[in-house]
Amino acid sequence: MSQDFRLPAGGRIDRSERLNFTFDGQTFTGYRGDTVASALLANGVHLVGRSFKYHRPRGIVTAGVEEPNALIDCNITAQEKGTREANNRATFTELRHGLTTKSVNAFPNLNFDIGEINSLMARFIPAGFYYKSLLVSTGMWHRVVEPVIRRAAGLGVTDEVADVSRYDGHYLHADIVIVGAGPTGLQAARVAAKSGARVVLVEQDTECGGSLLRDPVEIDGMDADLWVATVEAELAAAPNVRVLTRTTLSGIFDHNMLTALERVTDHLDVQDAADDHRPRMRWHRVRAKQVVLATGSFERPLVFRNNDLPGIMFAGAVETYLQRYGVKTGNTGLFLVNNDMALSAAIKAKDAGIDVTVVDVRSESTGPNTERLMAMGVPFLTNHTLVEAKGGKRVKAAVVAPMNGDGTAISGEMRTIECDFIGSSSGYNPIVHLHCQSGAKLDFDPTTACFVPGAPMGATPTISAGGCKGLFSLNDALASGASAAQEAMDALGLQAAEATVVSASEEAHPGSLHIRHLWLLPTDKPTSKGGKFWVDFQNDVTAADLQLAVRENFRSVEHIKRYTTLGMATDQGKTSNINALGILSDVLGVTIPDIGTTTFRPPYTPTTFGAIAGREPGDFLDVARVTPMHDWHAEHGALFEDVGQWKRAWYYPKAGENMHAAVDRECRAVRESVGILDASTLGKIIVKGPDAAEFLNRVYTNKWMKLGVGRCRYGLMLGEDGMIMDDGVSSRVAEDEFLMTTTTGGAANVLSHLEDYLQTEWTDLKVYLTSVTEQWAVASLNGPKARALLSELCDDVDLSPESFKFMEWKEATVAGIPARIFRISFTGDLAFEINVPADKGMALWTALMTAGAKYGITPYGTEAMHVLRAEKGFIIVGQDTDGSLNPHDMDMSWIIGKDKDDFIGKRSLTRKDMSDPMRKQYVGILTDDPKEVLPEGAQLVNVADAPASAAPKSPVPMQGHVSSSYWSSAAGRSIALGIVKGGIAAGTRVVVLLVVGCGAFDCAGYRQGRYRAERRNADCAYAGWSERQSNPH
Amino acid sequence: MLLIRCPYCEQERPEVEFSFAHQAHKPRPEAAGEPLDDHNWARWVYYQKNIKGVAHERWNHAAGCRKFFNAARDTVSSEIVATYKSGETPPVPESRIEGEDLSFDYENAEGGA
Repeated sequence: MSQDFRLPAGGRIDRSERLNFTFDGQTFTGYRGDTVASALLANGVHLVGRSFKYHRPRGIVTAGVEEPNALIDCNITAQEKGTREANNRATFTELRHGLTTKSVNAFPNLNFDIGEINSLMARFIPAGFYYKSLLVSTGMWHRVVEPVIRRAAGLGVTDEVADVSRYDGHYLHADIVIVGAGPTGLQAARVAAKSGARVVLVEQDTECGGSLLRDPVEIDGMDADLWVATVEAELAAAPNVRVLTRTTLSGIFDHNMLTALERVTDHLDVQDAADDHRPRMRWHRVRAKQVVLATGSFERPLVFRNNDLPGIMFAGAVETYLQRYGVKTGNTGLFLVNNDMALSAAIKAKDAGIDVTVVDVRSESTGPNTERLMAMGVPFLTNHTLVEAKGGKRVKAAVVAPMNGDGTAISGEMRTIECDFIGSSSGYNPIVHLHCQSGAKLDFDPTTACFVPGAPMGATPTISAGGCKGLFSLNDALASGASAAQEAMDALGLQAAEATVVSASEEAHPGSLHIRHLWLLPTDKPTSKGGKFWVDFQNDVTAADLQLAVRENFRSVEHIKRYTTLGMATDQGKTSNINALGILSDVLGVTIPDIGTTTFRPPYTPTTFGAIAGREPGDFLDVARVTPMHDWHAEHGALFEDVGQWKRAWYYPKAGENMHAAVDRECRAVRESVGILDASTLGKIIVKGPDAAEFLNRVYTNKWMKLGVGRCRYGLMLGEDGMIMDDGVSSRVAEDEFLMTTTTGGAANVLSHLEDYLQTEWTDLKVYLTSVTEQWAVASLNGPKARALLSELCDDVDLSPESFKFMEWKEATVAGIPARIFRISFTGDLAFEINVPADKGMALWTALMTAGAKYGITPYGTEAMHVLRAEKGFIIVGQDTDGSLNPHDMDMSWIIGKDKDDFIGKRSLTRKDMSDPMRKQYVGILTDDPKEVLPEGAQLVNVADAPASAAPKSPVPMQGHVSSSYWSSAAGRSIALGIVKGGIAAGTRVVVLLVVGCGAFDCAGYRQGRYRAERRNADCAYAGWSERQSNPH
Repeated sequence: MLLIRCPYCEQERPEVEFSFAHQAHKPRPEAAGEPLDDHNWARWVYYQKNIKGVAHERWNHAAGCRKFFNAARDTVSSEIVATYKSGETPPVPESRIEGEDLSFDYENAEGGA
């Protein structure tokens, strides 16, 4: 298609480079320098999308990032898959060769969309429709309402193929970051550069210049182009300045931590982009000492009936397409304005040969732009309203009429003016997003009818300048750019060279707007009748919706926003929020500043997830800690479980085995011959110093002073609140040294906890703490054959039970490796934990596997470990406990040193509530059906409250829950552990119940080599295990 | 993302190196010598000042020197007014933005037991 609406000359496009692209399957051409939007307009295409809710035909309305309508799906590179990206703003998407673009939310196609019937149904889908739909029955909602809503609403469709592009992250440190390289930002950068400060200038556009790109006035007696080029050359020559174009500063976080998205290859022709070696985007994290905001302003539209027809645009956008892209929006234009500045668009349009009519809602219009238009012979109607726009897929005409004095009603004959586009302007909104993200507030300026930046936030200071400060005159903007830079330098204590004073030709930018606030143009019918008055184009929110929300008694703007979805689309209300506030202020009868604004949140514009993930997607997302034996586990088919950041072998399925079969086999091996566990992940802390024993005595509940060198002891650690925090075995290495072990996941917390007391409460104790978790590799041999196996590899230590007792440790040599052997057991079976230096871990493991072959040595993972310890009723802190359980609750009162002076948690434990017999307490649980394995987390209720025969009518009181549940091959049935109210004493309160200790596997402790009788072995409830209680040591 | 100056390392470091460790200068009630009943002990354990304004807080340079230190932080703006070593006198006092009473009396604090 030829570019019928392209002007014969002018604009910043390169007419020597024609680019082919497609839109919804049709091929078009444009030029290098176009956006997709400008190229479509050059080809006369206005209809580019269907709206979110009503499937209304929608056209391009802006020429920038604030675009609410023209969302397109496009390919990023020439690769076939994983390169499509939904919801790109056509007004911000650079045209390149080979781009295939599609409209979004249209079915079956853009020109004929059956969803448009929603427009006819509009009275049934008012504001808050979604919430109201929830009032229907649940079944109706899930079966009918939700599928219909999901089908009809929404924007682009996400590509389900993984993104093939590469992204990168980058850190930057700067003294002064300047956001926006329009005239204000350039002037600020130029001044700041001379101070020697490290300056970063960030511009989202393809080139510097900002408003000068569409309005090339004279600055300092030279063309704007030349002025921009001069400043750019100055900045390029300064080694302390970095200019980032195509980079959006998207967020300001605490202490001026900024995020900026740089689009590195998105402007390349799709084949070149596919071949380019660079990342597609860079995500800069910038730490700035001072931030100067020169982000300019957005125009906002006037709100009238049918103001969403394709062809109705912002006046400034019409001007931009003419001046920057050499594109006429149409042949017959109507400009609808309430201020002086917007009239320059009408002048440019008339200059380009377009038939122009101006409708000015002000009662008087006398500025220089008005005079010029009158002199050009343009029909100029003042004190007129636009009653409604007419048309279908394109605006065809406007109905206008004179208004009464206060602008509340029409006061004369309506007449129709034919036009094929309307440029409307209701004034300008400073882009205060970043200012607000920093935590600072806004002030309302009634003379320009917009919010301007208030006082900056102390810890995250930003300095606003130019348009984003509400300064709309070019000379004011240039001056404020220089003074903002000066302010930033003063704050840094830097001297500035003398600032170059610049000035622009004044007539082009009058500065004062002489604005008339008319938030809703008067018309002949109420807003709820006839066509709609659109406020938020992207989320299809109308003036009637806002009025309805107020009638339904919504008052807070934050509530109205959520109820109507105003400003909640991907454009976050950039073009709609102030108009909405104006309409609400009329309905509520309060001023705009009293209504306030909603919260501005990062990112400023939509950001690609891939860029935030950078080089760390997938396996790189988080640190993975692996043990020295990890590769062996992986080679032998282990599946892994994440425990904190550790990858722990979970179980080792053999061919044809499912998890159940594998875990069963592993458990049997431990009970019948020998199993081996990689226990390297347990936290290990050296506690060293003359007061080490005293220190342990204070942090554990039991006694430690008299533990001999070479002995080990289990300890329970409480928080100050008396609740269980961690557990583990600590061993006395020397008179002044212990090796403490912690749970795998709790190691870091325990170290901090200990450091805290040592540094702040017990500064008199002479103790050092050192984490050695990663210095030792640990292989744990468990099972009746463990001793026989180990004695084959270790001949310098007598392993017999008489000389190497349970809960002792010895230095030894195992397979030629210096080792520490600990006789401690977490399975209840005979066990030796062999610790060797980490770099010898693999050698130890393979030696044990080789020598163990004849015993049928079986590696077992964390799942079997859990089953084996559950058979013993041993707790796992964090699984069976949850921070609200104390030692009494876990039936572990035996571990509290009653006559100890003090230990952490002692005072809290003495609180009456802590030993209340009706607290939730730890019990073993057996199901009636031995084959049933309860789900972990299952709620336990009283049989009387919920008889199995009838469905409970009302919520049933919860008695507790299941914390661990497994199939136990040793027991030949399912077993579970959990907490139950009053569980220890009650015995029969719950459906099935087994008290820990009484039913546990080998409760006398023979197998692990504990000779003294367990104090509660009297009535073993579970007979099936008692016959196994032989002493195998 | 805060920048915090560790008074031991004498460097500004990013927030990710630190962990928050609750209210600073909260003396253990045993130090006062008087026995506390269960109710008031629970208040000491569970209650914090929760200041809106400049608050004295404990921080741990967990991924650095591992030292615990104190900071005076404005809880509204997140401005760190000062950091200082454990045991040192706060260089700036606490201050509530809305001028509330700053003394925290755990024996009479409001709220459920």
